[in-house]
Amino acid sequence: METKGRVFKYPDNVDTDVIIPARYLNTPDAKELSLHCMEDIDKAFAANVQPGDVIVAGWNFGCGSSREHAPLAIKTCGTGCVIAKSFARIFYRNAINIGLPILECEAAAEEIQAGDEVQVDFDTGVITDLTSGKAYKAQPFPSFIQNIIAAGGLLQSLKKEQDHE
Amino acid sequence: MGMTMTQKILAAHAGLDAVSAGQLIRAKLDIVLGNDITTPVAVQEFEKAGFDSVFDKDRVVVVLDHFVPNKDIKAAEQSKTCREFACTHCVSHFYDVGKMGIEHALLPEQGIVTAGDCIIGADSHTCTYGALGAFSTGVGSTDMAAGMATGEAWFKVPSAMQIVLTGSLPADCSGKDVILTIIGMIGVDGALYKSMEFTGSGVQSLSMDDRLCICNMAIEAGAKNGIFPVDAVTMQYLEGRAERKPRIFTADADAEYESAVEINLSQIVPTVACPHLPENTHPASTLHDVKIDQVVIGSCTNGRLEDMEAAYKVLNGKQIAAGVRCIIIPGTMQILRECVERGYYTAFIDAGAVVSTPTCGPCLGGYMGVLAAGERCISTTNRNFVGRMGHTESEVYLASPLTAAASAVAGYITEYREA
Repeated sequence: METKGRVFKYPDNVDTDVIIPARYLNTPDAKELSLHCMEDIDKAFAANVQPGDVIVAGWNFGCGSSREHAPLAIKTCGTGCVIAKSFARIFYRNAINIGLPILECEAAAEEIQAGDEVQVDFDTGVITDLTSGKAYKAQPFPSFIQNIIAAGGLLQSLKKEQDHE
Repeated sequence: MGMTMTQKILAAHAGLDAVSAGQLIRAKLDIVLGNDITTPVAVQEFEKAGFDSVFDKDRVVVVLDHFVPNKDIKAAEQSKTCREFACTHCVSHFYDVGKMGIEHALLPEQGIVTAGDCIIGADSHTCTYGALGAFSTGVGSTDMAAGMATGEAWFKVPSAMQIVLTGSLPADCSGKDVILTIIGMIGVDGALYKSMEFTGSGVQSLSMDDRLCICNMAIEAGAKNGIFPVDAVTMQYLEGRAERKPRIFTADADAEYESAVEINLSQIVPTVACPHLPENTHPASTLHDVKIDQVVIGSCTNGRLEDMEAAYKVLNGKQIAAGVRCIIIPGTMQILRECVERGYYTAFIDAGAVVSTPTCGPCLGGYMGVLAAGERCISTTNRNFVGRMGHTESEVYLASPLTAAASAVAGYITEYREA
């Protein structure tokens, strides 16, 4: 699996309130949420993001609320992957559970610039900045987590398990 | 190598003799919690995956607290989804308007959570229940759905940060000043993925409301959970309240802590977190030039009875400053009732404040106190991110109930001073 697209770059501590402001949390509809994705940090994001594009950010991405609406909005608006120096723990869990690819890679998050064209290979964890020509290697997921992703999300993997019993 | 308190609780719930930091485990859950924002997404996922029953109708808790009484039509639809799900699955702990409270004030009060529990909640402040000596952490809606279906959750066993408390708090400080001070020291990701384990001789001097407030904001330092040892204060609180028998876990003497922070409680001063991160802390006494438009006293952080007592102590017989709106929100119906009985409600109204039924409303900019561009609010809530309480050009300052109430009277940020 891989994604290829343009980079939208954000700073440290991007919180879930700016990813999807609470004023839009009166619906669980992913499509509707995606229209307001990143609205309070980057009003242009939702209108400009193309399928496969990549969010690159600093430390502690997704801090704050447990709202799964945040990774859901990011995934539904077409984002192919989020690369950050680190992720807040609930966001990390949520992203895995819903099948939004995320990678932790400090060097890539530091050096890749907004607007760069990047290619990400999820199987190997290799991130290639096609604009600068540089390649980076992110930490691959432990096999337990890879299995969740391969099943299409946490509930799908649990259901499979339950159906086998 | 010994285990921390958190690790012991996780090992017991995973059916293992021992666990170590970094280990991936599957643990049995005592309680699975959701609210009116996160439950609808969980219900959607639960049904989409084809599950048809919850693992235990008495262990699933659904509380409508964020946008109720319903703030708009869409919020009403979300409440309806929760209500129907609770009814279909005979969820015994379903709290609707009239019975509800802000979830993290309500669950301990009602005795739904107890010492030794392993709890997940689709709300980031679920870490609150660590105050009772439980392992409790916030998760998303999919984890909630999985927890409801299977009664289990996967965890990566956290490493720990030890917070050693000594001394006792000055009269003008509370748990809020302690946790703001800690977040100011270690930063908003200072405890990322870790458990914050509170220990030391200072623990015994902290009330249960202080401990609940401290654990509530462990997430604001990035922590997986915060946890207090079980002592006489805990047992007294749980007595006659807890539905299930408390289980007491204690950290091993040789438990491994990645780092340690020492806090002398007697050195704590009234503290305020300035925009736009909870780590941006300053003594309240240095912020007298910050004029305010609104004050909020309430939330899962500070909507408990001691918080209402603090607000009353300051506001009784006083007037809210001209040009300031003061919104007071008791955390549960029981606390609201107590405010009426004790005469706090009348005193708040006479001071010029408004009192609401329990809701998370203003904390997350939902309703009931949304800010306009350029407006400033001092609030006893837990987050001051950009746009948290409304317009992206508004500002939120986080503080204790004493500081917030004193500021409401002054019209600018100030610490409380005994008359």
